Amino acid sequence: MVQIRVNGQTIETDAEPGTPLLWVLRDEIGLTGTKFGCGAGLCGACTVHVDGQATRSCITPVEAVAGAEVTTIEGLSSAIGRRVQEAWIAEQVPQCGYCQPGMIMAATALLMEKPRPSDTDINAAMTNLCRCGTYARIRRAIHSAANA
Amino acid sequence: MTGTTEVTRRSFLVSTAAVGGALVLEVALPGLGGPMGRARAAAEAATLNSFIRIAPDGAVTMTVGQAEMGQGVYSGFAQILADELGADWSRVSVVSAMPHPDHNNPWFGTQMTGGSMSIRAHYDVLRKAAATAREMLVRAAAQAWGVPPDGLRTENGFVLDPAQDRRIGFGEIAAAAAAIEPPAEPRLKDPSELTLIGKRLNRPDLPAKVDGSAIFGVDVTLPGMVFAAVRNAPVKGAPVASIDRGSIEGMPGVIDAVEVPGGVAVIADRWWRAKQAAEALAVTFGPTAQDGVTTASFMAGLHALLDAPEAAVAEREGDAAAAIADAATVVEADYEVPLLAHAAMEPMNCTASVTEDGCEIWAPNQSPASMAAAAASVTGLDPSRITVHTTFLGGGFGRRFEPDVAAQAVAASKAVGRPVKLIWTREEDIQHDFYRPAAVARFRAGLDADGKIVGWTTRIVAPSVMKHVFPAAIKDGVDPTTVEGAVELRYAFPARLVECILAETHLDIGFWRSVGHSHNGFFTESFLDEVAVALQADPYEFRRRLLAHDARALKVLDTAAEKGDWRKPLPEGHGRGIAFHESFGSLVAEVAEVSVKDGELRVHRVTCAVDCGMAVNPDSIEAQMESAVVYGLTAALRGEITLEGGRVQQSNFHDYELLRMDEMPLIETHIIEGGPPIGGIGEPGTPPIAPAVANAIYAATGRRIRRLPIRNHDLTVG
Repeated sequence: MVQIRVNGQTIETDAEPGTPLLWVLRDEIGLTGTKFGCGAGLCGACTVHVDGQATRSCITPVEAVAGAEVTTIEGLSSAIGRRVQEAWIAEQVPQCGYCQPGMIMAATALLMEKPRPSDTDINAAMTNLCRCGTYARIRRAIHSAANA
Repeated sequence: MTGTTEVTRRSFLVSTAAVGGALVLEVALPGLGGPMGRARAAAEAATLNSFIRIAPDGAVTMTVGQAEMGQGVYSGFAQILADELGADWSRVSVVSAMPHPDHNNPWFGTQMTGGSMSIRAHYDVLRKAAATAREMLVRAAAQAWGVPPDGLRTENGFVLDPAQDRRIGFGEIAAAAAAIEPPAEPRLKDPSELTLIGKRLNRPDLPAKVDGSAIFGVDVTLPGMVFAAVRNAPVKGAPVASIDRGSIEGMPGVIDAVEVPGGVAVIADRWWRAKQAAEALAVTFGPTAQDGVTTASFMAGLHALLDAPEAAVAEREGDAAAAIADAATVVEADYEVPLLAHAAMEPMNCTASVTEDGCEIWAPNQSPASMAAAAASVTGLDPSRITVHTTFLGGGFGRRFEPDVAAQAVAASKAVGRPVKLIWTREEDIQHDFYRPAAVARFRAGLDADGKIVGWTTRIVAPSVMKHVFPAAIKDGVDPTTVEGAVELRYAFPARLVECILAETHLDIGFWRSVGHSHNGFFTESFLDEVAVALQADPYEFRRRLLAHDARALKVLDTAAEKGDWRKPLPEGHGRGIAFHESFGSLVAEVAEVSVKDGELRVHRVTCAVDCGMAVNPDSIEAQMESAVVYGLTAALRGEITLEGGRVQQSNFHDYELLRMDEMPLIETHIIEGGPPIGGIGEPGTPPIAPAVANAIYAATGRRIRRLPIRNHDLTVG
C-alpha cells in the first residue's frame, strides 16, 4: 500500500510497485485529464507536477512519489497555471486537444522556474509532442502568459 | 460557450465544477437510465430539429454529427447554425450527435468525418436547418403577440417586433415553436444579414480541452468496466497458434485472455495490469506467406511495376507518348515515398458493452456506421441494437475510419460479459496501422524548342486505399485515390497520359491526411521543378506560365510568392522552393525557405496561400493550414515505416519521430475567398509542403530529392 498526495488530497493505492503514476491517476483516482500517449516518456502527454517539477507520469513508478505533492491538470489552481490556461484560450491553442493538458503542465512548470522565458528556454522545456502541430500557438501563449 | 460530449437516450447527467468555470458534462453511461437521464434534459429543452435545442433559459444547444478531431468543426457548424438562427453566440454550446440520417454527409449518404468535407458538404443543410428553426420561433412569437410573422426577425437570441418595439427571448417561446409545423422551404438570410460566419469566434470545445475535462475515447468510464490490452499478430494476417493462459495465471487483477480479431486481448481489472499480463502472455502466431517481406523486397516490387508493359489509364488527352517522342528535350525521373503511420496522439481505443440484447460502444471515430457494422459482425446482433457514441478524437487523420479496434473491444466485452475499455499501446498503434501506401512514380515530360511542355506522362504504382474500404470506387483498375493530385491538374499540358497500377500488399492500407494527394503533390510538383530547371526557368515564373489561363490559381500562386518574398535575395546555403496543389476543392501554394549547413537541413519559414472559396472561421483555417503543414513536413523530413520479416520495425516515437517545438518553421497563412463552391481545409495544406521543401533544398544545394523521407539523404555539400 502506497500513500500519495494528489491535488492536495491523500490517496492510498494498492497498485503493484512499478505501476506508473499515470495509471494510478487515471484508473484508480479517475483523473483522466492526464493522458496516455506513448508509455515511454517520449511525448509528454502524461506530464504532471511532482513538487512543482514537470514529470512524465507514464514512466514514474507510483512509489517514487510517495510523500511528494502531485498536481494534475484538474488540480492546477495556481495563479501561473490559470494564466497559462487563459492564454491557451486567448491564443486558441488546442486542436484535437489530447496533448494539451501535458503541454499546459509543462508550460506552467517552465513559467514557475523562468517567469520570462526566451524562445530558447521554450524550445528546451517544451519537448512534448503535438500531432496537430499547435507548436507556434503554444509558443505565443507561453509568451502571453508570461507577460500577463 | 461550453463543449460537451455525448447525449443519449440513456444518458446520465453529471455536473462538475471544473477549473476555470462551471462546466456541465453530459456523459453517456449505459444501464443508468431513469429519472436523471435524457428525459429530464428533453423536458427542459425544446427540440426544434436534429441540430437545435433551446432551453427555457435561452441556452441553445447545437448537435453536431461531425466528429471533433481538432479541425474545429464544432465551432464551424455552430457558427453557421447560430448565424442563420439569430442566436446569441455566448449562449451556444455543442454536443456530439448520436447517429441519425439528418447528420449524414449529403454527398455520401452516411455519417462520416473526412475528406475535408464537413463545412462544404453540410453548409446548405445547416443553413436550412437553422432557417427552419428561426421561422418556427418567429411564428411562435407572432402567435403570442397576435401579429403576422412577416414583420418579425431574430437577433442575438430574441425574436424582435420592430413595429411595436418589443422582443421575446428564444427560451420563452421555444416550446411553442417546437410544436409548429416546420416550413418546407424557409427563407435563407441574405449574405448581408450574416454576422457570425467569417468571424474569428472562439472554439466551443477549448475550455474543456485546457482544464482536462474533455472526454476522449480513452477517458470513457463505465460502471463495472474492466480493461483490455492487446497482443496483435506481429505479421498482419498471422493466425493465433496457441495461447498458454497458465503463463499469466496468478498475475494481479487478470480476468482472461481471449482471441479477438487480429490478435489476443488480455483483460484485467486495471489497464496497467492487463498490459503487464499481455506482455507476459505466452502466445504464438502461425506462419504467413509474408514472413519474408522486407522494405527492400516490397519497394522492389513497386519499382518493377513501373516497367510493366500494361497499366490502367486514369487520364488521357491527346497522344502524349508521340508528343514526347517528337520533343526537342525530354525530362524524366522516378520518385518514391514510403509507408507512413498516422500516429494520432490518442492511442487507439474503444469501450464496448455487450449484453444479450444489445451492444453499446464508445469510440473516438470518423465513421459510426463502420463501427456499428463491425460490432454487428462480431456479435451477430441486428445493427438496430447497436449504439455508437462518438467521443472527442485525440487526432484522427483518417486512421479512425477503421473499426478494427472497435471489433476487438466488442469481442472482448462479449467474451467476459462486462463493459471493456480496450486500449492499444503506442507500439501496437505504430505496428498495426492502416498505412499511407508507399508509392512510386515515373514521369516524362517532352519540351519543344520553345520550352513548352508538349507531352506529359505519369505512371503511379501503389497499393490501393479503396480496395478494402470501398472497392466499388475502383474502376477499370484505377483507384481514384491513387491518382488524385496527378490527374486533372490545372496546368495546361496539351497531351498527357496518367497511368495507375495497383500493387498488392499484406499490410492494411488506409486514408492518411490528404490520401493520394500526399504523394502525388510531392511527385508532381517536384518533377515540375525539374522541368523548370531543365529550361533554366524560375520555378515560380514557370508555373505562372502554365497557369496563365487560370486567374484563380494565379492569384494563389502570386500571393504565396509575394508574401513569401520569392524574389528577395538569400544568404549562401539558403534556398526557397514553391509548390502549388489543388485538393479537396481548395487551391494552395506554399513557399518554403530552408538552409543546409554542413549537411544539416533547417526549414525556416513556410508561407501559405489558400483559396478555400469562403472562410467560415479564419482562425480555424489558419490553424488547419499550420497543422497540415506540420503533418506533411514531419512526413517529408522523418516519416518512414519499414518492414523486416513481414512486420513493421518502428514502434514508438523514438523511431517514428514527430517534429517538436524547436524544429518548427515560422508558418503564415494568407486566405483568399475566391467564391463558391466552398473548399475543404483540413487536408489541402499537406500536399504542397514536401515538394516546396524539396524544391528549396535543390535551390540551396543543387541536390534533387526524389525519395522521401529527406533524412535518408546525405545533404553534405561539397
